[in-house]
Amino acid sequence: MKEITVLSGKGGAGKTTFAAALASVAQNAVFCDNDVDAADLHLIFQPEIKESHSFSSGNKAEIQSESCTNCGLCAEKCRFDAIHFNTKKQYKINPFQCEGCRLCERICPENAIQVFENTNNSWYVSNTRFGKLVHAKMGPGEENSGKLVTRIREKAKEIALDINADFIINDGPPGIGCSAISSVTGTDLVLMVIEPTLSGLHDAKRLMELVRNFEIPVFAVINKYDLNPKVSENVIQYLSENHIRLAGKINFDKNVVKSIIFEKTIVEFSPKCNFSKEIYYIWNQITEHFSV
Amino acid sequence: MKIAVASGKGGTGKTTVSINLYFFIEKFFNKAVQLVDCDVEEPNDALFFPGAETKREKEVFLSVPEINPGKCTFCKKCSNWCEFNAISIVKALKFAGVNADLCHSCGACLEACNFGAISEQNQTLGQIKYLDTGIGLGLTEGRLKVGSSMQTSLIKKVKKETNPNSEIVIFDAPPGTSCPVVETVADADYVILVTEPTPFGLHDLKITVELLLDLQIPFGVIINKAGLGNRNVYEFLVHYNIDILAEIPFDKSYAGKYASGDILENIPDEIEEIYKELIQKLELKLALR
Ligand code: SF4
Ligand code: SF4
Ligand code: SF4
Ligand code: SF4
Repeated sequence: MKEITVLSGKGGAGKTTFAAALASVAQNAVFCDNDVDAADLHLIFQPEIKESHSFSSGNKAEIQSESCTNCGLCAEKCRFDAIHFNTKKQYKINPFQCEGCRLCERICPENAIQVFENTNNSWYVSNTRFGKLVHAKMGPGEENSGKLVTRIREKAKEIALDINADFIINDGPPGIGCSAISSVTGTDLVLMVIEPTLSGLHDAKRLMELVRNFEIPVFAVINKYDLNPKVSENVIQYLSENHIRLAGKINFDKNVVKSIIFEKTIVEFSPKCNFSKEIYYIWNQITEHFSV
Repeated sequence: MKIAVASGKGGTGKTTVSINLYFFIEKFFNKAVQLVDCDVEEPNDALFFPGAETKREKEVFLSVPEINPGKCTFCKKCSNWCEFNAISIVKALKFAGVNADLCHSCGACLEACNFGAISEQNQTLGQIKYLDTGIGLGLTEGRLKVGSSMQTSLIKKVKKETNPNSEIVIFDAPPGTSCPVVETVADADYVILVTEPTPFGLHDLKITVELLLDLQIPFGVIINKAGLGNRNVYEFLVHYNIDILAEIPFDKSYAGKYASGDILENIPDEIEEIYKELIQKLELKLALR
């Protein structure tokens, strides 16, 4: 069983479109939406939820105003500036800024602070027309997206082993922060979708810096190749200088937007368009890579 | 006046809007404006100012504790207090170690230790750079060190670097709705959400709207790539009575200009007109005059 993670550094480069398109051509695979912060894959997959779990993203502290003497110690010690003196002249904790370290609870001389577990996140196992999908929904403003990614990837792996799947395909998060790190760790191949813009290239380079530390093979695809041929050339040059395999070049295609509107993968929506042909070609390279 | 530009979904045009806003506020408005790139994982704003000069650059650090085995009694109080499992103490081996990758730099262990065995060390979190773009008060960017997962801490530090003389600060937020985004918008006076009229755009817009309602920050929406998708985003906005600040049509040649980083050169008249109107709307809304 091999695990493939679709990433891009920059958001909006077409990760989800690619991950969904691969679903149409990959056989015997389990899917996992690692973009827990703005999960979109389910819009195409229309999952039928079979299991639902809540996920604790840590703690949030709260001051019980009755017992608080307004000594200010907690506000002084909180390193996340989460405790503020409000207009009613009371100390209050902003739950969005609290990282749940519990320091304030432990040092409050009046024991006026309580900590609650925060279970505002859920993850699911679903049936879809492509196979099993593991996905999640994070409450807005939540932390620990990295841990949630790790959790759902574990579940996807468990399912894959259970049903003897050949592949796990992860739709990765944007960026290179905690959830991207959790998404890359231990995967077998990164499919990097690059948009040929200065920002797209810049972000791809930063992503490569991260992935390189993990020594995972990377296949690159250039999406919207014809957007700016000059920048596309720069991308190709960067890839060849860094010995990164260019697995496909795909032109901008309005069918992609249409397919999303009809909630279909591009391969389902327009099986004969160039985008779909490229997807088969890319997928062949991936399967060949693993069979040798 | 702090204006944050955010979007649930990545790639909707947040950066394009931030940069144009910055440029046109200076042009039409004559206020001391500053642009702050808070997308520290992928800071891109500077790419659009190829002539900008880096005036200052500084390394920023996170304090990570270090345990002095000579003073440590291996009592484990610190590891019990550490909510992030960053400390391991093995009494039998006289081992006391901190895993810097897990540490959130909360300082709890320092408070915990009764034996003065813990001190703090600086660990690089990233850089903060100040660039003179020739426009207003310039651009400040935060750049997270590759491999660090403490983006929120860096954003906090970047926000503290805004120029005290600025009248308007524009924060270009990271994509998504998790903690780094909250940190960016938390003390903004107004948020501009950039979306695209596709099901992905709508889905992510809804989550972001939910977040901003929770945070009680006023906001309006710019629909970018108008004409590309369908009408569902519009219906959603009308239904919830959310301000549509502007619509920017999708234009492949303009997308090409973005690609090569020269959106601020030879700006098409239609685009200039859209931003002019947008700024007039903001003026009224935020009572800027
Ligand atoms: S430390 Fe306790 S008593 Fe003092 S301000 Fe905080 S909550 Fe109130
Ligand atoms: S739990 Fe930690 S982060 Fe939250 S308010 Fe208390 S000290 Fe601050
Ligand atoms: S500073 Fe906080 S997170 Fe870091 S080791 Fe100490 S208690 Fe743990
Ligand atoms: S609390 Fe202090 S003495 Fe106790 S194990 Fe930690 S560092 Fe050592």
